[in-house]
Amino acid sequence: MTLTEKILARASGKARVQAGDNIWVKADVLMTHDVCGPGTIGVFKREFGATAKVWDRNRIVIIPDHYIFTSDSKSNRNVDILREFVKEQDITYFYDIIDDPSGKWVFDASKGLLKRQFGSRYAGVCHAALPQKGHTRPGEVLFGTDSHTCMAGAFNQFATGIGNTDAGFVMGTGKLLLKVPETMHFRLEGALQPGVMAKDIILHCIGEIGFDGATYRALQFDGAGATGLSMDDRMTIANMAIEAGGKNGIFEYDGQTKAFVDHRCKLNGTRADYQPVERDQDETFVYEKTIDLSLLEPTVACHPDPGQRKLARELGNIKLDRAYMGSCTGGKTSDFLEFARLLNGKRVVIDTFGVPATPEIAHDLQTARWGDKTVWQILLDAGVQMTENAGCSACLGGPVDTFGRMNAPLKCISATNRNFPGRMGHKDSQVFLASPATVAASALAGKITDPREYLPS
Amino acid sequence: MKAEKSIEITLPTPQSSAMQSVFTGPVYVVRDNIDTDQIIPAQYLNLVPTIAEEYEKLGSYALCGLPDELYPERFVREGQLDSDYAIVVAGRNFGCGSSREHAPIAMGSANGRIVVAESFARIFFRNCVSTGELYPCESAERLCDILKTGDIVTVDLDASTVTVNATGVKHPFKPLGDVRPVVDAGGLFNYARQTGMISK
Repeated sequence: MTLTEKILARASGKARVQAGDNIWVKADVLMTHDVCGPGTIGVFKREFGATAKVWDRNRIVIIPDHYIFTSDSKSNRNVDILREFVKEQDITYFYDIIDDPSGKWVFDASKGLLKRQFGSRYAGVCHAALPQKGHTRPGEVLFGTDSHTCMAGAFNQFATGIGNTDAGFVMGTGKLLLKVPETMHFRLEGALQPGVMAKDIILHCIGEIGFDGATYRALQFDGAGATGLSMDDRMTIANMAIEAGGKNGIFEYDGQTKAFVDHRCKLNGTRADYQPVERDQDETFVYEKTIDLSLLEPTVACHPDPGQRKLARELGNIKLDRAYMGSCTGGKTSDFLEFARLLNGKRVVIDTFGVPATPEIAHDLQTARWGDKTVWQILLDAGVQMTENAGCSACLGGPVDTFGRMNAPLKCISATNRNFPGRMGHKDSQVFLASPATVAASALAGKITDPREYLPS
Repeated sequence: MKAEKSIEITLPTPQSSAMQSVFTGPVYVVRDNIDTDQIIPAQYLNLVPTIAEEYEKLGSYALCGLPDELYPERFVREGQLDSDYAIVVAGRNFGCGSSREHAPIAMGSANGRIVVAESFARIFFRNCVSTGELYPCESAERLCDILKTGDIVTVDLDASTVTVNATGVKHPFKPLGDVRPVVDAGGLFNYARQTGMISK
């Protein structure tokens, strides 16, 4: 069995499953957020009754992160619906924007978009927050009401996005009927060259198979090249399995996985009992590809979909209006450090926005010092508009007052994960997906630029 | 079935179809890779589908993210809550992108009933079925090249065919199989109750 099949077999209480089997799977964790949580709660109440209790109050994780720093009253109300439900059900893990459990969330636009407006528990973008807060564990099954839930596959678990109705069902029963996906195999070898990042790996893979090339399928990444990637890098790659239509992406378990997960579970006092899955001899794949990481170059997915693969060096004639750093995929500490390394001492020539995925990442950047400056200050000095209000922000457009949202038909290079028409706001805007290094170089040049031209020696 | 909550959640029951199997009307034709942002732009995700008036409102925005120059004829006309098109014909990978259930719900709320596409993205397909909002039919032929918006067709779910009324030409699609009774029932929960999988 493949890694995905092994997890699904265990979660369905079977000795063996194979691609195509329809099985009932036990959920270890259900995650939801402010955009799909209220609807999921609505389905749960409609179907199980107004006084029903959730299947396990310790296994539902609720993370408001999408439409938080906005004056849109319905969006503010949606966070209140989550808070009300958490109180009613006594749910353990709720990363609220405010500290008062009886309060109401109201964004104060007069304070602007840059200064912190969250309380002590707020955790930022759900997919980056889940591992930081100790909710990702090898061998487990994670369902989330968000397509990028597949990011947790970096931790050797089965993680996939589901709709509100399915999530309402899981909320009440802890189970879901799934079809076991076929697995596509990407064996990674070698190591990345300077200026080439994990984002380039996944954009390369999506380009190989097309943005629907993994529909209904699992993507398994392994090999020595995968072992050599950091957990942040693995998250970037697993996150974008969905951009090829995949059901999940998954990595092997190793010492790095163990160190990260054990540390985070201990730090947060979360459950730390888990059983990783290891590779079998008899894996069946529908597709196999070996990728030599040392041959990859900075890669861009052009408007209008993540499969429009080109090399950054081929696109120098594309002038840009803005650059955007952030999201679950591209707003992690390591992403910002590489971004800052290229911008250090220089100045961007187009509007450039930086949104850390989580408050912890913002804190990292505000405390890490290079010489006499913090990384945060280096980014500000380079002309980047940095907000402390970590979250999904303009990655998916959002309400019109969202930080960094494109409210005009602009061209943007972005470290985010999706670029269908209108994704970041205006429906005639264009988004080019690239690594943090490519976003940095392009922000400096005002056009799409190979970051190797700007690497510090 | 109504919840009494301090926050005003009023809960519409999924509309149960009357097991209608033949649908005749004009088609709305879109191309490949219509993603969930084009089906329901993210700015409208502040609307909660289980709140009745917000469910209605979602319908008014269905497919409004399609670029105007490619789709001058709109799926839902300005100022309307419902579409004139119960049948949508699409190319490859319809519904790709996010897991937002708002997408099939918006189309269903606008009185869409059927999407005949060359292929569907996984989560959208599943959300069509679990909500019971839309019949997702997979055609072998590329109907988005054959039909144009406004053409009158007849979709027969029993025969698994799309017939072009003007010519009588029939185009088959993959039988819905186990998906059909779930959508007929009005979604996963209704189906599970009707068949005794969960208690009523």
